[in-house]
Amino acid sequence: MANRWINTLKDKDVTPEAFFLNRRQVMGGALAGIGLVGMGRAASAAPEGLEPNSYEEITSYNNYYEFGTGKDDPGKYADRLTTQPWTVQIEGMVDKPGAYAFEDIMKAMTSEERLYRFRCVEAWSMVIPWNGFELADLLNMAGVQSGAKYVAFETALRPDEMPGVAYNVLDWPYVEGLRLDEAMNPLTIMATGVYGKDIPNQNGAPLRLVVPWKYGFKSIKSVVKITLTDTQPATSWNKANAREYGFYSNVNPEVDHPRWSQATERMIGGGLFSKRIPTLMFNGYEEEVASLYTGMDLSKQI
Amino acid sequence: METIVDRVNGFVRKVPTWAVYIVFLVPVPWLLYQAQTGGLGVEPIKALEHELGQIALQLLIIGLAITPLRRYVGLNFLKFRRAYGLLAFTYVSLHLLVWLVLDVGILSQIWADIIKRPYITIGMAGFLCLLPLALTSNSWSVRKLGPKWRQLHKLTYLAVILGGVHFIWLVKGFQLEPLIYMAVILGLLVLRLPKRRKRQAVPG
Repeated sequence: MANRWINTLKDKDVTPEAFFLNRRQVMGGALAGIGLVGMGRAASAAPEGLEPNSYEEITSYNNYYEFGTGKDDPGKYADRLTTQPWTVQIEGMVDKPGAYAFEDIMKAMTSEERLYRFRCVEAWSMVIPWNGFELADLLNMAGVQSGAKYVAFETALRPDEMPGVAYNVLDWPYVEGLRLDEAMNPLTIMATGVYGKDIPNQNGAPLRLVVPWKYGFKSIKSVVKITLTDTQPATSWNKANAREYGFYSNVNPEVDHPRWSQATERMIGGGLFSKRIPTLMFNGYEEEVASLYTGMDLSKQI
Repeated sequence: METIVDRVNGFVRKVPTWAVYIVFLVPVPWLLYQAQTGGLGVEPIKALEHELGQIALQLLIIGLAITPLRRYVGLNFLKFRRAYGLLAFTYVSLHLLVWLVLDVGILSQIWADIIKRPYITIGMAGFLCLLPLALTSNSWSVRKLGPKWRQLHKLTYLAVILGGVHFIWLVKGFQLEPLIYMAVILGLLVLRLPKRRKRQAVPG
């Protein structure tokens, strides 16, 4: 079952390809004309919603430490990753464990577009038109057993193809996790595309998790393993620094990262003079997901 | 016979100090141009801030290398030391300015960051160490302060260590680059330690 969640941002809000490809030239021309005048994105945002970032922005500014810690490293090196063939091992507390071929998953799933805000823990953000399917559909395909409480994810680890894993920036492979109700929420998707094209390697090809109300690092890329479990799984950034990165890591403007404020964010693409904008509770998805956390002290259970 | 060291020293004697200023200030307009034209990527503010900070740290390290180079290699770049110090201060100031105006730009958040975020507190402390050094870098101050000037300017050592810690503290995960900077800084500081003299036993 797809289309459980209907976006208030419609297809027409997505910038047509011809326009997003040209936008940089348009902006470049405008900037050259005006000189040192900032172009705030907020001012140009569509009245009914948000303007998606350009394809170039989405694919040139990435955190994918397996390819290096620079924002441009994934764009430079991720083409080394072999994404065909690709299988996702689904195991643990499921009725049908096994290695699922990417093609078979795609045949079974209904793909749709989701225009989501994306908020990085580093206080920058984008708006991204993903293509993908709900994680719930994939989990139901494997048959979630009644005792399962959490979902653990793992990224591919290919030292031959990933120059960044030569350094122990994190404990490889990259792992992430969600509570089962978070995983089954209709907002949670496995993205396989951006702007209607196959998802580029630097964005987590061939399929990656997208949990739009959590900081970006929760949305694990290039997933090779999904495990249903009854214990809270370890997550990479939490292992690296538990004080700074909690298991939940919900976007929350009131709970600062110990080293920087989370009250505001900078939307990528506004140029040298773009202003910070206020960060929204649950990244603007409060209505959809706040009920998942009723009774929890979100300043403590970060 | 003229050695390489002699030749380099001879060349250095001929290079006017203003040339050093010009060469090392070229990155400023270049970075601004790049930031405006997409050369620094889709998030030019952070990129500019990081570039300026990194150049500042490199200049401080160059300044720190001058004495050991003279002592252990015989290369004499002493006439450029003030230039490197002032250039480093310029880059630190620009780095701070980008952070204040372009990056944060919200007064209440700036103040909260300086007080609450240790790596920013440390960065600010480093800047404050450099401020009196820049102000007393002129020849008049050197004469006026006399031996006190040397004492005061030892603050550079503290400033560069604070800069190195600032860099280590701001990255996510375990990253090598800031640790390499710190190792170089500490190495250069160790080289300046006065050679320990063996104490002679005092007949008792």
